[in-house]
Amino acid sequence: MAVANIEVSETPLVLYALRRADDALILGHRLSEWCGHAPALEEDMALANMGLDLLGQARELYGYAAKVEGRDNDEDKFAYLRDVRQYRNLLLVEQPNGDFARTLVRQFFYAAFADLYWRAMMASKDPTLAAIAAKSEKESAYHLRHSSEWIVRLGDGTAESHRRAQDAIDHLWSYTGEMFAVDDSERGLIVSGIAIDPASLQPRWLKTVTGIVNEATLQLPANNWMQKGGRSGSHSEHLGHLLSELQSLPRTFPGATW
Amino acid sequence: MATPNTPLWEVFIRSRNGLAHKHVGSLHASDATLALQAARDIYTRRGEGLSIWVVPSNAITASDPSEKGMMFEPAESKIYRHPTFYDVPDEVGHM
Amino acid sequence: MYTQALNSSDGDDRGIEDAGRAAQFQARIDADDRIEPNDWMPAAYRKTLTRQISQHAHSEIVGMLPEGNWITRAPSLRRKAALLAKVQDECGHGLYLYAAAETLGTSREELVDGMLSGKAKYSSIFNYPTLTWADIGTIGWLVDGAAIMNQIPLCRCSYGPYARAMIRVCKEESFHQRQGFEIMVTLCRGTAEQKAMAQNALNRWWWPVLMMFGPPDQASQHSDTSTKWKIKRFSNDELRQKFVDATVPQAEFLGLTIPDPGMKQNANGNWEYSAIDWDEFKQVLAGNGPCNRDRLAARRKAHDEGAWVREAAAAYAEKRKNRQLAQAAE
Repeated sequence: MAVANIEVSETPLVLYALRRADDALILGHRLSEWCGHAPALEEDMALANMGLDLLGQARELYGYAAKVEGRDNDEDKFAYLRDVRQYRNLLLVEQPNGDFARTLVRQFFYAAFADLYWRAMMASKDPTLAAIAAKSEKESAYHLRHSSEWIVRLGDGTAESHRRAQDAIDHLWSYTGEMFAVDDSERGLIVSGIAIDPASLQPRWLKTVTGIVNEATLQLPANNWMQKGGRSGSHSEHLGHLLSELQSLPRTFPGATW
Repeated sequence: MATPNTPLWEVFIRSRNGLAHKHVGSLHASDATLALQAARDIYTRRGEGLSIWVVPSNAITASDPSEKGMMFEPAESKIYRHPTFYDVPDEVGHM
Repeated sequence: MYTQALNSSDGDDRGIEDAGRAAQFQARIDADDRIEPNDWMPAAYRKTLTRQISQHAHSEIVGMLPEGNWITRAPSLRRKAALLAKVQDECGHGLYLYAAAETLGTSREELVDGMLSGKAKYSSIFNYPTLTWADIGTIGWLVDGAAIMNQIPLCRCSYGPYARAMIRVCKEESFHQRQGFEIMVTLCRGTAEQKAMAQNALNRWWWPVLMMFGPPDQASQHSDTSTKWKIKRFSNDELRQKFVDATVPQAEFLGLTIPDPGMKQNANGNWEYSAIDWDEFKQVLAGNGPCNRDRLAARRKAHDEGAWVREAAAAYAEKRKNRQLAQAAE
């Protein structure tokens, strides 16, 4: 690499904002990979809209992380000059697009969480996070609506779409547990009312997901063994490739402005 | 399996409260729910709308342009339906 | 109204070219009246417009690919959001244009098949590769700049649905060229390497962009009738000249050199450019440009891999309809 990684002072609040920013950036990036290649023009528009919402969320959260950190980092340094082990996103969002079913199930699992999460975060004692939550909540609510409608159509469509949707659920299920996990760094923020406890959202998330999955004539896997590691920088193999593409220009041309 | 063409829908948008819905364009969707979502994703990206109607294109019955004379010309001679037909003395002011 | 269903019902008399109607039709055009989908129109007018609007739609959709090539590599988050929004706009524009073409009685599916099978054409420009980030700036600056010159007159085209689609397209496109020019300004004010990247992109795109306006007027096969029908309001050469005259000072501002050493300003203030390589243009249109095969392959792949999704949506709609019918019958 021609350009060195930045150093980040990961105080609890900086880390908290970075984790959510990374979720939004990586998922938004994945959705942007569809642009020009979706199953229909109408869906190409929809995927890009969701990608843009997430990109916007990421930028606000990076901006806040930079402000709290108080060094000379900014949104682009966070996005372009951190190595795979410095990325803090959920394993779920870095999983490759696969087919349309895989992308929509990933979106559905995440949006069903994000919808509850951002709504709860509107009550955060941190006014910036509460404001970001108020905007993100509406976006996530629509992502949930849109992806739910597709899960039902794919599950209850043709034999092939049913098979693909079920495959996607089976493939992605073990990445959903990480959304509800809390570590020491976050526990203090929860106690002080800056963050909410994601574990408290899990029953409602499961109810939403089960409802749609049943309506779609699909099934959730019986095994509940969950993968983890994204929040502390232990990622799947996929993220490195995503980052090498995302970061290629700033890494190749040190110090250039774009 | 041969899939039938995806149905065509007409999209109408109310841009501000107080205004009527106005035709803005069309799209393809397999059902009404997806049509409404697609209309939102396609036609309100720049804050153009507060309310959306979608209507299956084949549900619209339109007048025949070749009958334009019969349909619309009879109205043209009824000038007494317009306020300018009537004389009101200037000194009365606006009425 | 954008209803293809209505058009097919009057299909019986579509082929009849009675001279009286044709004269009436031309009189309406001459009076700057707009033609609407259900109006009588000569078969050749319908055919010409269907061809032109669908080619325009194909161009928007294929045009997503060269720029889409850089969405995942955009060098800042601000640039990434702008580029994704811009390429998404192209998709929307393709969609509006297919809908306008459909009002003439051909379904989107048929139009798309024409493109995927290689029968229907799209703009030659999208068969060139985007090698560096400067290509994204250059496309916005020059390709969108050229497109806008072509498209603004189309907002007054005689066919109502096309004109209305173009008004929407032009309104949305207004940020595209500025987006590209801003990238170019940033590169030209950047490092020597960035400036060289910008110059190299201009060198590669300049001539293909001039070709975008189509063959020279004396060789253009469609221009005469299109002008008579007010589908086309300026000739290819007029628009090309207007574009060159507008672009020269912009290149000067950037400190870039237009790759045409023979270019000179004449007494009227117009910039006279050197001969365009029309053989290259013909080859690219015939499918032999550097990226024609890749572009078509990418569109075919998206279409083929999306088939099961479209089938699923159709099957679900059918099931739901049957369930509702069964419920109503109870």
